[in-house]
Amino acid sequence: MKSLLIVASLCAATAAGAQGSTSVEIEKYRQMIAEGNPAELYEAQGEEIWKKADGPKKASLEQCDLGLGAGVVKGAYAQLPRHFKDTDRVQDLESRLLTCLETQQGFNAQEVVKTPFGKGKKADIVALTAWVSGLSKGMKVNVVPTHAREKEAFALGRKAFYFQAGTHDFACASCHGEDGRRIRLQDLPNITTKEGAAQGWTTWPAYRVSNGQMWSMQHRLNDCFRQQRFPEPVYGSDLTVALSYFMAATSSGAVMATPGIKR
Amino acid sequence: MKKTALILAVVVAGCATGSSPQADLTAGFDAMIKSGFEANKIATLDRLKQDDTQALCSDPAAATGAAAAPRRALIEKANLASIKWPSDGKYLGDWKEGEKIAQSGRGLTWTDAAGQPNGGNCYNCHMIDKKEISFGTIGPSLYNYGKLRSVGDPDAAASTEMVKYTWGKIWNAKAYNACSNMPRAGHMGILTEQQIQHVMALLLDPKSPVNQ
Repeated sequence: MKSLLIVASLCAATAAGAQGSTSVEIEKYRQMIAEGNPAELYEAQGEEIWKKADGPKKASLEQCDLGLGAGVVKGAYAQLPRHFKDTDRVQDLESRLLTCLETQQGFNAQEVVKTPFGKGKKADIVALTAWVSGLSKGMKVNVVPTHAREKEAFALGRKAFYFQAGTHDFACASCHGEDGRRIRLQDLPNITTKEGAAQGWTTWPAYRVSNGQMWSMQHRLNDCFRQQRFPEPVYGSDLTVALSYFMAATSSGAVMATPGIKR
Repeated sequence: MKKTALILAVVVAGCATGSSPQADLTAGFDAMIKSGFEANKIATLDRLKQDDTQALCSDPAAATGAAAAPRRALIEKANLASIKWPSDGKYLGDWKEGEKIAQSGRGLTWTDAAGQPNGGNCYNCHMIDKKEISFGTIGPSLYNYGKLRSVGDPDAAASTEMVKYTWGKIWNAKAYNACSNMPRAGHMGILTEQQIQHVMALLLDPKSPVNQ
């Protein structure tokens, strides 16, 4: 509650927009981080959503298998994305949750895919990612390609990372392929290195102070492609999962700091 | 006849079983890109069709190193040939307008309206006017761009080469560096000829704050 209040006042300060007050804003921001990450609210929500009976089958998600067995959530996020036997796909947390929404609860996954960010079941999934990722906080990323499909996902994700197209010839690599680069004042992690990939992978999902929203990795990738002037990536698609796999595997061994907090 | 059929059969069988892992990856990749994106307003699927420049530069192994030089040279040649020089012969517009264009990062995303003027995104990657402290570092600093290149009078014959190079670089950055990170502002229709004239003035007009 306290953190929400601070967010509100920070937003007001940002809206006032006086450039000279940057240091004041930064101080408030630091204070807010010290007080706690508003992502906690989403984590609490996510846990409730996980346990609540819902959907045509009136079932909870408690039997959902995130890779460590039915219902095991602790440590699950640190070993995702991975290959799942039942779907024969490599899945990240969000595409796996889509599978569980369908198989456990009877929701239509395609409808959820088409739902805008921040609405309906899509918003529920983001809250779930906050909670699930929180239960891997402090654990080491353990994403090492072993299954043939995982090796393929890594190679495809790497290729997608360098794929240039569109009006601006941008690829992920245009901004995230070298050390020490910035867009305006925003530092850009070099995702081709373990440290850079970890800066991205181990800190999403995250609460974004600038717009007061909780964003998942799928949402983060979606907005990267928007800025690349690409068409819109399909939520939970093999493309987005392969990119995530490339990033996760490159960061493997780094410590999870999820859910994160961002500017 | 029989022999030809046999050879054909062998060749066909070879195609089916002998495809390389590289070819498999390419096929899988194309399918993944195809199913991975949807058109959203002005950001249509045709944007995923790569031209030769984008195709080469998407493959770091093929695009870098000494062995890549001939391919890069061909790409640069084609991009250089595509440059449209100012139709009215004027290279420089108004630096004040140029500053606004350099500041703007708007345009061509699926949340941008069709038909509105696009920004140049220049400050996203370059230091330009020293007064603007919020600049990116993907590209080199352009502060004192004209001054450092001794462009005192942009209309003087001595300046012609540098003025033309700068126009060409903004119109199509890949004419001089096949896999430059810089977008091809004129070639891809990001900026209009008039907008490029204004950005040119920001960099080269002796009165521009860039050259103080």
